[in-house]
Amino acid sequence: MTALHTKQTPAWAAGLLSAIVWGAGQTLNRQYLKGLLFFLIGAGAFAIEIATGRYTDMAGGFRFRENGGFFLKGLWGLFTLGTQPRTMGLTGLTAGDHSIVLMANGIIALFILLLFLFFYIWNIRDAAKARSQLNETGMLHSSLQEIKKLWESMYAYIILSPAALLTLFICVLPIVFGVLIAFTDYSRSNLPPTKLVHWVGLNNFVTVTEVFSWMHTFLGVLLWTFVWAILATITTYFFGFFQAVLLNSSIVRFKKLWRSIYILPWAVPAMISALVFKSMFNGQFGPISQFLLDMGLTSERIYWFTDPSNTNLARILALLINLWLGFPYFMALIGGTLTTVSESYYEAARMDGANAGQMFWKITFPIVYKATAPLLMLSFVSNFNNFGVIYFLTEGGPANPDYNFAGNTDLLITWLYKLTLDNRLYNMGAVMSIIVFLIVASFSLINLRKSKSFEEL
Amino acid sequence: MKRKRTNLTRILTASLIYLELIVVAVIVIYPLIWIVGSSFGSSKGLANASAIPDHATLRNYIDLFRNTDFPVWYMNTLKVAAANMFFGVLLSTLGAYAFSRFKFKGKKASLLSILILQMFPAFLTAIAVYMLFLNFGLLDSLTGLVFVGVAAQLPYNIWLLKGYLDNISTSFDEAALIDGASRTQIFVRIIVPLATPMLTFVAVLQFAAPWMDFILPRLLISSEEKKTVAIGLYSMISDQTKNEFTLFAAGSVLIAIPIAVLYIVLQKYLINGLTAGGDKG
Repeated sequence: MTALHTKQTPAWAAGLLSAIVWGAGQTLNRQYLKGLLFFLIGAGAFAIEIATGRYTDMAGGFRFRENGGFFLKGLWGLFTLGTQPRTMGLTGLTAGDHSIVLMANGIIALFILLLFLFFYIWNIRDAAKARSQLNETGMLHSSLQEIKKLWESMYAYIILSPAALLTLFICVLPIVFGVLIAFTDYSRSNLPPTKLVHWVGLNNFVTVTEVFSWMHTFLGVLLWTFVWAILATITTYFFGFFQAVLLNSSIVRFKKLWRSIYILPWAVPAMISALVFKSMFNGQFGPISQFLLDMGLTSERIYWFTDPSNTNLARILALLINLWLGFPYFMALIGGTLTTVSESYYEAARMDGANAGQMFWKITFPIVYKATAPLLMLSFVSNFNNFGVIYFLTEGGPANPDYNFAGNTDLLITWLYKLTLDNRLYNMGAVMSIIVFLIVASFSLINLRKSKSFEEL
Repeated sequence: MKRKRTNLTRILTASLIYLELIVVAVIVIYPLIWIVGSSFGSSKGLANASAIPDHATLRNYIDLFRNTDFPVWYMNTLKVAAANMFFGVLLSTLGAYAFSRFKFKGKKASLLSILILQMFPAFLTAIAVYMLFLNFGLLDSLTGLVFVGVAAQLPYNIWLLKGYLDNISTSFDEAALIDGASRTQIFVRIIVPLATPMLTFVAVLQFAAPWMDFILPRLLISSEEKKTVAIGLYSMISDQTKNEFTLFAAGSVLIAIPIAVLYIVLQKYLINGLTAGGDKG
């Protein structure tokens, strides 16, 4: 009994061993295979760092930039964004740092380091846990048993891992990158590789709020984006509703035929429809302008989307075209809901002497609205970010000289596109992205909190 | 007397309703007829395009295949669309299966991150994706386009499918488990067949997206022979000096018809899927 007691190593000691050398604690617990696996993972991390760095050439002491490997140089790059810009020499660009590449590598290195950190902590906790189990019961699973058990419980992780890796590197990583850009001076006046990008803290956010032209543009575009999103949602919803009710009436025959016609705008790709409308409403060559001129209704051609003296024309027209594009979806949706409304409600109402209007507002509308309300918010959010319609139809026009790189019909999302792609103001674009996200996320959250699936979470 | 009046109002309402239906139908159809008509037009410019061309000709379609890269763009897009559909459906179904049927550590946190991720405008990530692809040599490749196309929709698709699977009783799974089926067998034999309506929805959306996706290929593709149809069509119409409107019209018709047919044939699945997307937030 006492002999056994003296042999007992406390759990924390096994953990400590694993903290010093990966897998050492497991070896102490006589779980050799598991210890070896942990050791290999840990050794792998160090091997990557050593193999990618230049640790043999440390004559001048260790310098992150010259000697660091994947992890250390990556982190150094993320913090400094480079120290030596490349310059144009006679033979081309000299060697130097590319801030954006350094930043991207830095984030990747950080991600992978976090992954290793996760394994490291697991390795320590596992050693300590196994030890305390051994001390209490004197029994221990063999490594093989444990690994088999782990495999079973890992099934969910294994089938999730492809999706998780893809999401991590193509969604999460870029989002982190995009957010970080908002805190740098990465823009057309400061483009790598000949110049270095620097961290500037909150300067870009200060610029948006304090420089008049930016604030003016931002508020103007934001206001229009809200007006657009609200009107676009309401018009498509109610017109779709109206068409669905008409089609549902007993008077109408050939219902299927009508429905197939009205569903067409939804089925044709929106980009093509928007480009077709853009051509039809082309001021110079478009058929609508020409038609009005020929009929003598207008004395000169109308520049629907480009006339700066008539911005509301472009806005209203964009809303109408969006109505053309958007009503069929709500029509089909509400049409489906209408068939679920029980006929007995109407019979009872008719007996009580209700007229058609009363029946609609007291029975049909509340039932359909209740069934479709969550979709209204979803539609609002997608209209808020309706890049396609605005960009292909108006390209943001008519131009507005008071705005910074935005036109009168530009939404936040198309302004963002122009800032980044056409004008290469990456930092300002990133600031706008963050703002767009915050707005969209807050609306989505309101919607979400009411939904059943969120409560289950 | 009274009956006569109700008859009159009935006729009046009926004619008003039919008038409305006809007007809306004309407004809905006219732009579509106009673009189809333009595609058969004999003069190339926008100025002479009309719904009923004077001298209908197939020349635009022939030109499109002989003198432009349209066939190449079409094949590129077809490849991207097929891969996008296959991997999109596979990864999101596996993910949804894991979230719906298994308990594991970090499940709540992962679901919450999926929810937040699907709220991000894809655009925010596009520039960063460009820089990353530059780093990894995936720029100007169709594979890169598929990666992004699948990843961008993955959070939404997983969330949607998970919601759908949650509503399917687990009694089938349990019965199969007792019979000794493995979890992968349960997935293939039970979950996939039961989830077919929602899988169809995801598959169609994943297949249709590359045909019209503009921002990503515009950013990631630079060479002429890797362009997708959306970029190609846009370049035909945006370049005012080119005067290729009828070519654009012909290309649009060729793209719009298969997609429209697909949407109309599968409209029940699609409308249901979109509705479920709203209900699940």
